[in-house]
Amino acid sequence: MSSATIVNLPDQSTARIPKMNYLSKENGLLSWLLTGDHKRIAILYLISISFFFFIGGALAGLIRLELLTPQSDLLATDTYNKVFSMHGIIMIFFFLVPSVPATLGNFLIPLMIGAKDLALPKINLLSWYLYVGAGILAIYAMITGGVDTGWTFTTPLSTHYVNTNVITTGIAIFIAGFSSIFTGLNFIVTIHKMRCPGMTWFRMPLFVWGHYATSILMVLGTPVLAIALVLVILERTVGIGVFDPAKGGDPLLFQHLFWFYSHPAVYIMILPGMAVISEVISTFSRKRVFGYTAVAFSSVAIAVFGFFVWAHHMFIMGISNYSVLIFSLLTMLVAVPSAIKIFNWAFTLYKGSITFETPMLYAFGFMGLFTIGGMTGIFLGTSGTDIHLTETYFIVAHFHFVMVGGMLMAFLAGLHFWWPKMTGRMYPEKISQLAALVTFIGFNLTFFPQFILGTLGMPRRYASYPPEFQVLNVFSTAGATILGVGYLLPVLYLTWSLKYGEIAGDNPWQATGLEWQMQSPPLTENFREIPIMDHEAYDYEWLERQKEKEVASVG
Amino acid sequence: MSEHSEHEHHIVSPKVYVAIFAALLILTGLTVAASYLEMGVFNAVVALAIAVIKATLVVLFFMHVKYSTKLTKLTVGAGLFTFIVLVGMTLCDYITRAWGRW
Ligand SMILES: [Cu+2]
Repeated sequence: MSSATIVNLPDQSTARIPKMNYLSKENGLLSWLLTGDHKRIAILYLISISFFFFIGGALAGLIRLELLTPQSDLLATDTYNKVFSMHGIIMIFFFLVPSVPATLGNFLIPLMIGAKDLALPKINLLSWYLYVGAGILAIYAMITGGVDTGWTFTTPLSTHYVNTNVITTGIAIFIAGFSSIFTGLNFIVTIHKMRCPGMTWFRMPLFVWGHYATSILMVLGTPVLAIALVLVILERTVGIGVFDPAKGGDPLLFQHLFWFYSHPAVYIMILPGMAVISEVISTFSRKRVFGYTAVAFSSVAIAVFGFFVWAHHMFIMGISNYSVLIFSLLTMLVAVPSAIKIFNWAFTLYKGSITFETPMLYAFGFMGLFTIGGMTGIFLGTSGTDIHLTETYFIVAHFHFVMVGGMLMAFLAGLHFWWPKMTGRMYPEKISQLAALVTFIGFNLTFFPQFILGTLGMPRRYASYPPEFQVLNVFSTAGATILGVGYLLPVLYLTWSLKYGEIAGDNPWQATGLEWQMQSPPLTENFREIPIMDHEAYDYEWLERQKEKEVASVG
Repeated sequence: MSEHSEHEHHIVSPKVYVAIFAALLILTGLTVAASYLEMGVFNAVVALAIAVIKATLVVLFFMHVKYSTKLTKLTVGAGLFTFIVLVGMTLCDYITRAWGRW
């Protein structure tokens, strides 16, 4: 690694964590469980989503172990169906959807726009309780027999053919959906109503723009998922027949409803990741994000276009040829704003003073892997190639490149980047750079072979496969173990750093956001007095002038 | 909540409420009456049209959207817009399925 660094820590022999902060204000379990503080709720969320991440990860481990050999020998085929279904359900609804918004977003949005809390603190706490309730219900469904419909609950399989815990799991996701709606609603109201004086829309950090777009999707999309699941439950319990051709219904209607949410849902998952990357790239190349306005609007464009492309998940399902044509064309459109972001980040790097701290390494990982994930999305959105590639491992690889290679990298980038602000202590730099590298290598080894497997025609969702696919599957499983190490490392050293990490001080990265101009960890009320925003976002010259002023006043 | 400038609450007079209530009752009666008429494909169309009118009255008057800020109207409009996209584009699929191959 390069020795150049922008890290600027206070003198460790004299530095102390500020006595008054949001962590030390009150003690005891109840002070956490009844808190209205957005920062504490963010920590609660962080602990709970990590818990679900490791359950989902363990299930992924089982899948990869089963696929080590061509025969279905480790798990019975029925069990395998349940394992991959629960892996998908937990990872998507209980990890990816709340991952960045409910943790980093919750923690940072009020700090970034100069507010003392979110607009609706109690709704924020309620959203966490709904999430936990839903999670417990999902785990209950898992241990009492599981569910084997895949995370997509496709009809008529889910309504007429399987006898697993579809209803319980459906209710769990229904409740989790409301938790996500509340988070989105809270962000929208906060961003509209609680910006500090001088914080105009175009002075907001791009992190806030990304979360604004995400919130729109959460509020407008999630109810449709709720409707779809309620209809599945009603179909199973009383047989209302909306999805049953024998009663005049249509099984494809379910997929229309489901994907109307679930395509925008991939943007609910990725937009907050992009929001993190904008901040990290700017800070570690010491430049204003190139094309700020374009990046801000591209988030909103993704949110809007995202509602017009859902049927690309249904090209081979029996929708009309004309629909295939239209949705295929519209899908090409949605690639444009994502490309705008990638190009603008690349231009931000151009001639920047780049340093390679851990968040930046993860951000580089994001840029590369998300680009591959996005480009293969074009293959799949093209109706001709989709017919060959869909329902194969190509889909699995594409989705994991975007979600694991993209979103998880972004989540880890953000977690490392704001860890000093959240805890007041630095994570150990060298070992975390190593972890970022291990993650990147493990990731590619796991998922790149799956692209090849997909083009060779290996179908997804089977416990066994023809022996000629074994070599690539062994690579993939080997990669998964490396990836597992890459994810365990941060848990260990971040926990270690809570006690032994170096004192971070207010602004270890010399970043420009309002959140970096206050003590770490912040006060419960964030700001002693509401700040006045008198400069543009990412204005590094303003930061320099600020520092000179401080030196002058001390001297 | 303390800023009074933002919350200029429009007071809706009881008269308006009563009028809307009466309109809703009449429309409910109309729905019942229409269900006795045989209008072929228009059975559903008429019933849905009456329902939409009733829902609009409720949203505009009982939920005060008519007297709300532009932002509230925009929010309601956004919900309506996504709903139309959902139903409209799904219906396009249903209708064109019968056209067969091109
Ligand atoms: Cu999609």
